[in-house]
Amino acid sequence: VTEERGYASGARAVVPLAIAVGAFGVSFGVLARAGGFDGAEAVVMSVTTFAGSAQFAAISVLSDRGTAAAAITAALLLNARYVPIGITVAPWLTGGFWSRLGHAHLTVDESWAIAAEGEGRFNPRVLFAAGAVIWLAWVLGTAVGVIFGNLVGDPNQLGFDAAFPALFLTLLVPQLRGVNLRRPFDVRSRPLLAAVGGAAISLALTPFVPAGVPIVAAVAACAVGLLPAEDRR
Amino acid sequence: MTTAVVVIVCCAVGTIALKAAGPVLLGGRALPARVDAVVRLAGPALLAALVATNTFSSSGALTVDARVVGLGVAAVAIRFGAPALLVVVLAAAATALVRLAT
Repeated sequence: VTEERGYASGARAVVPLAIAVGAFGVSFGVLARAGGFDGAEAVVMSVTTFAGSAQFAAISVLSDRGTAAAAITAALLLNARYVPIGITVAPWLTGGFWSRLGHAHLTVDESWAIAAEGEGRFNPRVLFAAGAVIWLAWVLGTAVGVIFGNLVGDPNQLGFDAAFPALFLTLLVPQLRGVNLRRPFDVRSRPLLAAVGGAAISLALTPFVPAGVPIVAAVAACAVGLLPAEDRR
Repeated sequence: MTTAVVVIVCCAVGTIALKAAGPVLLGGRALPARVDAVVRLAGPALLAALVATNTFSSSGALTVDARVVGLGVAAVAIRFGAPALLVVVLAAAATALVRLAT
């Protein structure tokens, strides 16, 4: 019997990522100032939009003298993946409207991934706590970047960008438990088909479509769930 | 309104709408079995896409750079049962070292 995870466990699990998120928050604060936002605007965007890649995209469009419409489109395309992500967690959010809205706001890639418990189950307490820690790191990082400028240098120089795929891989592996390579079409092997398909789709589309679309399209790999079940044991 | 305010308001409202669509409309309800068979695979499919794009793409192009070494180190660490914290730190450190050396 595995012990059920609670708020504290969710908060603890996300700390290493929160450090990296905070560092990118500092970069966002610096770039937002350079892109024409004042300090308060940068912090308000981190508080309300709370989606790193989308915020960077919006700022970079504005810095390249793009229009507001182009910046908003880029940001929302990047966040389109949150529709399927939201659907995966929806059955586990049993609170009222505001509770569900709050959990939805705190849903980012990292909190969602850490809250996953395999076979489509999600832990709402872990989602909330991990999301809150990431949110705090992102907002505080943005404020530090706005006020103090670039203290951390380029987070990529510290390899922080590699922390994210490493975490996602760490969380993917347990979801592939039960896969039997000699029976690739068995129901228990389908997570592997979905994972391979999702990775392949996202990489194949990357050069051809706007950023964000490849990750949404990866969801098409879930169609393997509709294959008829193999009855033989 | 300034451009900044328009962008901030639209990004906030749009993002919250995208994130909340599932939880607010479907929250707390079990999905029909056939839908569930598909949705439960979204975890592995999206995680694998996040691994792939966070490692191999940069500004809309496919790239191979120091992050690949970081991911490789992460895979080895996971294979040997390292805790998530160690995996993440090793991946970042390996990537930083490669960048330092090249």
